[in-house]
Amino acid sequence: MGWLGLFNYWIVVVLMMIGFYTVVSRGNMAKKIIGLNLFQTSAFIMFISAGKILGGSTPIYREGTEIYSNPLPHVLILTAIVVGIATTAVGLALAVRIHENFGSIEDDLLNEDDSDDETST
Amino acid sequence: MRSNGILRIVARFLIPLIMLFALYIQFHGEYSPGGGFQAGVVFAAAWILFALIYGLDAALDVIPERAMYVLMLLGVLIYAGVGVAGVILGGHFLDYRPLLDDPQYAQQLGIVTVELGIGITVSTVTMLIFTMFVQRKSESLESEPLESEEQD
Amino acid sequence: MLFAIYSLLSAALFAVLDAGDVALTEAAVGAGISTILMLALLALVPRQEADAPRPNWPALAVVALTGSVLIYATLDFPEFGNPDNPVQTHVGPYYVEETYNDMGIPNMVAAVLASYRSIDTMGEGFVILTAGLAVYALLGGRRRRPKAKTTKRENGAP
Repeated sequence: MGWLGLFNYWIVVVLMMIGFYTVVSRGNMAKKIIGLNLFQTSAFIMFISAGKILGGSTPIYREGTEIYSNPLPHVLILTAIVVGIATTAVGLALAVRIHENFGSIEDDLLNEDDSDDETST
Repeated sequence: MRSNGILRIVARFLIPLIMLFALYIQFHGEYSPGGGFQAGVVFAAAWILFALIYGLDAALDVIPERAMYVLMLLGVLIYAGVGVAGVILGGHFLDYRPLLDDPQYAQQLGIVTVELGIGITVSTVTMLIFTMFVQRKSESLESEPLESEEQD
Repeated sequence: MLFAIYSLLSAALFAVLDAGDVALTEAAVGAGISTILMLALLALVPRQEADAPRPNWPALAVVALTGSVLIYATLDFPEFGNPDNPVQTHVGPYYVEETYNDMGIPNMVAAVLASYRSIDTMGEGFVILTAGLAVYALLGGRRRRPKAKTTKRENGAP
C-alpha cells in the first residue's frame, strides 16, 4: 500500500487545519470568512481526488475512451461550490452590518462592548 | 477607471465576447463541461466588469434592479414549473418522460429547460449581491461628512 | 490576492484530476466572484487588524490535536486512484454506462445533475435564491446611523 497512495489525503488534512486555525485563532471576521473558504476548498479536493481512477478521463462520453472517472463526486462538489459562495456572500453582508452598527469587526472589542452594556444597566 | 483609455477599449472588446461565451457554456452544457451554474457566474462576471469600468449607474441602466428581482424568481419558477408539468402530464415530480413522445428527446428537453432556469437565477443573484455591496459603499461615502462632525 | 491565486490553483488541480465541470466552476466562482466580494467587504470595513499578530497557543494545540487525529484516520483509507475502491462500485458505474442510452447526451455530470438527481439541484436553486434575498434584506434598506450608541459613549456612565 505504501504511504504514497495516501498523499492526497494528507494534503487535504494540512489545508483543512490551516483553514481551521485561521477561523479559531483571530477575532477579525474577514479572516474567519477566509478561513472557512479555505476549509471548504480542502473538502472539495478530498472528494474529487477520491473519485479519480488512474488511467481514466473526464466523464464525458467519447469514442475511443473506455475508463471514465466517477461523475458522482463531481455533481456533489458542483452543488457545494455554489452553496459556498452563497454562504460567503451572506456572511460578508452580516460583517458589513455589524461594522456599521458597532463600529468594528473584531470579536474582542464586540465582547467588551457587550459587557459594558450589562454592567451599566 | 473611467479615464483609463486602454481599459475602456479592451473592455468594450471583451465584454460581448464573455457574454457570448457564457451563452455557449449554457447551451452546450450537454456536450462539453458546462451547464447552468458556470454560465450564470460567467455572465454575471461580464456584467460586473462592465460595472467596474463604466460605473454602477451605467450598468444598472443595462439591467435595472427591478429586472434582477423578477428574473431571480423567474429562474426558480421555471425549474419548479418543469417539475409540476411532469406531474400534470401523468408522471412523478420532475419526471421528464411524459413531456414528449421520444424518451431521449424528452430528457434532453427537460435538461435544457432546467439548466436555463438555474443559469438565470445564478446570474441575477450574483449581480444583485454585487449591486447591494456597491450601493452600501456609495451610501457610506455620502454620509461621511456628517459622521465626522458627530464624533467630536 | 492570495485568495484568488489559491482558488485558481485548486481549479488547476481539479482539471488535472479529470473534473472538467468542477474546474470551470471553481475557476469562475473562486477566482472571480469570491475575490470581488472580498474586495467589496474590505472597501467597507477597516483594512488593518486590531492587534499585532501573536501566535495563539491554545488554538494551535487544538489544531495540532485535530490534525493528528485526522491523519490517523486517513491510514484506513483506500489507495488513491484504485478502480476497486468502494466509491467506484456502487452507483457510479451505473451512471457511466447508462447515461448515453437513457438520454443521448454525452456529458454525464450534467445528466446526473439535471435528471437523475434533479431534486437536489432544485434545492440548490432555492438556496441561491435565499442567499440573494438575505443579502437584499441585510443591505437593501437605507443606511441608518446608530445615534443612541454614540450619545451614550459621550455622556460617560448613564
